Amino acid sequence: MSRRPSRFLLGGRRYSPAASLLLAAPFLLLVAVIFILPLATLLHESLFVPAPTTAHYARAFAEPVYLRVMLRTLRIAALVTALALLLAWPVAWAMSRSRGLGLALLGAAVLLPLWTSVLVRTYAWMVLLQRNGVVNQLLLQAGLADAPVRLLYTEGAVVLAMAHVLLPFMVLPIYSALKGIPEEYSRAARMLGASAWSTFREVTWPLALPGVTSGCLMVFLLALGFFVTPALIGGPQQMMIATLVSQQVREMLDWPFAGALVGILLVFVLAVTIAFKRAVRLDRFVGSA
Amino acid sequence: MGGPDGMQGRVAVQGLVKRFGPVNAVDHVSLEVSSGEFLALLGPSGSGKTTILMAIAGFEYPDEGRILIGGEEVTWAPPNRRNLGMVFQRYTLFPHMSVLENIAFPLKMRGVGRAEREERARAALATVRLGQMGGRKPAQLSGGQQQRVAIARAIVYRPRVLLMDEPLSALDKNLREEMQIEIKHLQREIGITVIFVTHDQTEALTMADRVAVLDHGRLQQLGAPRELYEAPETVFVAGFVGETNFCEGRLARPAARGEAVMVALDGGGTMPAIAAQALPAGGRIKVALRPERLRVLPADGEGGTARVTEAIYAGNATTLMLEGQGGQRLRARVPAGAGLHEPRPGEAVRLSWQPADARAFPA
Repeated sequence: MSRRPSRFLLGGRRYSPAASLLLAAPFLLLVAVIFILPLATLLHESLFVPAPTTAHYARAFAEPVYLRVMLRTLRIAALVTALALLLAWPVAWAMSRSRGLGLALLGAAVLLPLWTSVLVRTYAWMVLLQRNGVVNQLLLQAGLADAPVRLLYTEGAVVLAMAHVLLPFMVLPIYSALKGIPEEYSRAARMLGASAWSTFREVTWPLALPGVTSGCLMVFLLALGFFVTPALIGGPQQMMIATLVSQQVREMLDWPFAGALVGILLVFVLAVTIAFKRAVRLDRFVGSA
Repeated sequence: MGGPDGMQGRVAVQGLVKRFGPVNAVDHVSLEVSSGEFLALLGPSGSGKTTILMAIAGFEYPDEGRILIGGEEVTWAPPNRRNLGMVFQRYTLFPHMSVLENIAFPLKMRGVGRAEREERARAALATVRLGQMGGRKPAQLSGGQQQRVAIARAIVYRPRVLLMDEPLSALDKNLREEMQIEIKHLQREIGITVIFVTHDQTEALTMADRVAVLDHGRLQQLGAPRELYEAPETVFVAGFVGETNFCEGRLARPAARGEAVMVALDGGGTMPAIAAQALPAGGRIKVALRPERLRVLPADGEGGTARVTEAIYAGNATTLMLEGQGGQRLRARVPAGAGLHEPRPGEAVRLSWQPADARAFPA
């Protein structure tokens, strides 16, 4: 069959726009059919059903219940991002400084959860946090509590479980940023009189910032639209926007309002992405030495 | 400034041992560097030269021995408490800071105020002749300029000693030679002690006041460049510093160091030489003889003869490849323009040398 090597496989070659489009076509088609089309339909409903109107959007901002859900979504996403960053940095640091078996073990510890279903990981947290769960039993046995503490269905539980689920998305970009910083930089800083803390503040952190920013961006955006974990671990008091959308669609059958909520989430996501990209671009001029 | 007058820039390494697993990376090395001196640590890779530098810098802690700077023991002090300057081989400048910010960094770490920082950083930048480059990022500079900035940053806080870890090895040959002279001038100008690690013997000979030659973690010889080249004390130094012919043979009777000997060459014939070390009787001997100390004369029937196998013309000199009677391969260098005999390939020649230039070592 092979008369000549495929032109597309030749390394370093630039494809014509037509060829590029052809290569990407199956993927673009899939995205268009299963993502863009339904989203467009939903957004169309939010603006044109029953007649051209902005009423659905106005309602989302007018009613305190919905406004609270939106604010809570932003707050939880921010808390999850902060907690994930705090937990991810030491792991990423350790990974960037390990080799061989140590790196393999750490890598597995970070990646294995990523390959496990979110549902499974969320149920694991339910087992840990429930009234007669592992954590409560430990608290009782240690004498730190007299009666089982309410852990499940609290905002803290939601933040903790989401941070855990999203942790790999924070660890990996930070790890790759730290790995790219030659050891010579921190050695040079130490030599020039910087303490360990100054070396971190003046050299390591600024150089790792692009990785930190993309990790934060990814975790924040995923957290904004997160459904499974807040739905199972949070109670009605912890409802986030994705759960609200699902409720509107499945229980209220209010497609136009669900569309408006999706539109608002979309605006959040775009705004945050643009803001983060701006921040990252500020570090772009660094270049390689 | 810790100039040559003070003791501030004195460095002493005493009985240093550093083991990596079963290997002694540094094996009982002791050396002293006086204030304002330029010392080169020369050796092949794995000789322990960088490990010694890292122990002085504070990035490696020795298994045995002590390090003293300015008479004060610093063996266990962290790098930021030693007040040393250091220039690394590569990746030395912080890529996210401008050139001026890089140079001001050590001053900032020492709590120097902004205005003074800027003034001193500018002055240091002028010292390395890059006055106009302060606002640039390191990535916008050439390799040579980056190393100059690294030097400015390493001297701006007036450290007592400047450590350099093969700072020129990433540069191309011409630039490297230019920088060697420039660093040497700068060092004399500010009178700072320099410890310079290199695997390039020409670099060590050109720049250093004294050179410490290392092999397999052991100090082979410590001396002025001329001493190393003209009077190597070990067969390793003879082979590593400069180009050398080695002739192998045996000695009939033992000889003390410095004594004139007659070595019976393996291929037949004898070779007058002097003993570079005490030599045992009957032991195998290696005689080292520099190509430029070998005189090539027209064959006239007497003395050791050889045949020219190849003549390589290089402008300022011609290198002759010779084959001795016993099959030894030798090189001789005939300088151009001195009216010396320049034989052609295939020609028979007579070889002559001063016995003092032929140094005999136990093989």
